[in-house]
Amino acid sequence: MNIIVLIKQVPNTSDVKLDPKTGNLIREGVEAIINPDDLHALETAITLKETYDATVTVLTMGPPQAIDALSEAMGMGADQGVLLSDRAFAGADTWATSFTLGKAIQHIGEFDLILAGRQAIDGDTAQVGPQVADFLDLPQVTYVFDIEGVNADQIVVKRRLEDGYERIQCSLPALLTVIAGAKKPRYPLVSKLLLACRERAPIKVWNAADIGVTTAEIGLDGSLTHVIKTFAPKFERQGEFLEGSTSEVVHNLIARFKENKLI
Amino acid sequence: MAVWVQIDLCDGCRRCTRACPYDAMEIKDGKVHIGDRCTSCGSCIDACRNKAILTDAKPRTIPDFSDHAGVWVFAEQRGGELNRVSLELLGKAQELAKHLNQEVAAVLIGDRVSGLADILIEFGADTVYLVEDAILKDYRTKAYARVFQELVAAYKPNILLMGATHIGRDLAPRVSRRVGSGLTADCTGLSIEPEEGILWQTRPAFGGNVMATIANRFSRPQMATVRPGVMEIIPTPGKKGTVVTHVTELTEQQIASKILEIVKETKPRVDLSEAKIIVAGGRGANDAAGFELLRELAEALGAGLAGTRVAFEQGWIPAAGQVGQTGVTVRPDLYIACGISGAIQHRAGMMDSKFIVAINKDPYAPIFKVADWGIVGDLFDVVPELTKQLQTLCEVMCD
Repeated sequence: MNIIVLIKQVPNTSDVKLDPKTGNLIREGVEAIINPDDLHALETAITLKETYDATVTVLTMGPPQAIDALSEAMGMGADQGVLLSDRAFAGADTWATSFTLGKAIQHIGEFDLILAGRQAIDGDTAQVGPQVADFLDLPQVTYVFDIEGVNADQIVVKRRLEDGYERIQCSLPALLTVIAGAKKPRYPLVSKLLLACRERAPIKVWNAADIGVTTAEIGLDGSLTHVIKTFAPKFERQGEFLEGSTSEVVHNLIARFKENKLI
Repeated sequence: MAVWVQIDLCDGCRRCTRACPYDAMEIKDGKVHIGDRCTSCGSCIDACRNKAILTDAKPRTIPDFSDHAGVWVFAEQRGGELNRVSLELLGKAQELAKHLNQEVAAVLIGDRVSGLADILIEFGADTVYLVEDAILKDYRTKAYARVFQELVAAYKPNILLMGATHIGRDLAPRVSRRVGSGLTADCTGLSIEPEEGILWQTRPAFGGNVMATIANRFSRPQMATVRPGVMEIIPTPGKKGTVVTHVTELTEQQIASKILEIVKETKPRVDLSEAKIIVAGGRGANDAAGFELLRELAEALGAGLAGTRVAFEQGWIPAAGQVGQTGVTVRPDLYIACGISGAIQHRAGMMDSKFIVAINKDPYAPIFKVADWGIVGDLFDVVPELTKQLQTLCEVMCD
């Protein structure tokens, strides 16, 4: 079985802050990590590899340092990696990104299953997975948190709903987007990491020419949505701290509730 | 294609660094330099008052979309019941359609759901596109995407809105690819920009740290998903509308997926989207026993019970109770955050509450920045006391 996992290297957005003077994000000192949902996709893929004897290829589109994400993924157990890196890919929205990834997958060749994280913590759109699935004309299941079983032409999964879940049987090849499941993603093994970082590690680096795309189809030019402006969300309130003994504080709080007709 | 600065003309005013959505510019020795993150988007060019920034990029031609009209809403239904977000979107659609002088339409897909068409008209739809078939009874990606592909090709809408529900976030990107148009996810604001007459879509990014306004100039329909609980419902009682039926030919083989079973979790006592008061807990609750204290407080208030992602991962609340960037958005009159630090991803889901109370041991917890009333204290002391005093109050008032 051939599995391709789509991952993204992202800044750890919990640590990202806005510079009040420039209104821009402060990225210095913010750690670059594998997107959390993608770690779950990787864990799912490696578990399938252990159960069904599969080959796992991990694919990412990003600047040169994204290669670290591939090494980490291989440290977890992925067999080979592909880095799509080209200045021309920059500024891509999800349309252009899914096109680029789709073309790369076609270049990789045969596959049975594509796994992706549900959404990235910087873009937060959850669009790339389904858009890649449509580009490749594959059936998709999103919000997958458990894989019940796989055979030659079908996979049975559990899909999270707002108020429960569905059990879905999907034909292969297919694309799944994954959220946290019962198992925590494993840590990379040092021995595997070392293999992934050596000179002849099975990592390919492809640019736009390698996957046969033109600049008009990728990056900013290939995008259908464009950012007009960014700004800081306004959410600070003039709060008051209630002080005193616990019973005093609670008494005052209830008084505030009554004043504002909340109870 | 490149963007570069004519250094002599630069006076270091920083207008361009503020306009850059990619943090690609920095000031060195009083002059601006464009760095690696530049995508040649050109935002800096417009911002520069000295015309010091140049590009060799040719402007992209905007196609003529005058034959696209109508603001469409996907009327999501499950088991024959309309999702509330569909009505919220119809409310927003009415406002957008008014600005554009166009009409509102709802797209209703399912099996034997025609009865819902009247409701959609009573909440703003001028037209309901009805697609009924047994094969469409439950949502399946390829089936619904195909229906939309046909409807969009036939009727050419200008704007298409869907709720950012589990179904909407599965369907919208698929439809976007199918029809060849741009999509913006999880919008919290939508408006018509008067000069170009296009939809400006505002949404949170970077976990909620930043708001971005996005436009789709080069494709139609302009697609957006919107979070439930963000837009207002605007009833239009007595409104008259038309129902247009459409038939899509589909086979099971084309759909390629089957629903084996739908398992519903027990419904929470109080629906968070309708709750006037919500009690929420985070890591500070410690364990399930700690969360019980919050449950008791919620009962004393008749409130909904919610939590952070940690609370869900620990199993203290069901998925439907998780508030935040990857959970639900709520707007109660009163939100009581207990043992919640207030990470940006959680704040994104509750910051539009009318009043916010924060109870946390850490005086520097970010939650206090968004609280109207803050109590620096141990929730294990404060919450039971609050429950006790409320219960006493109720006994006095309810006698």
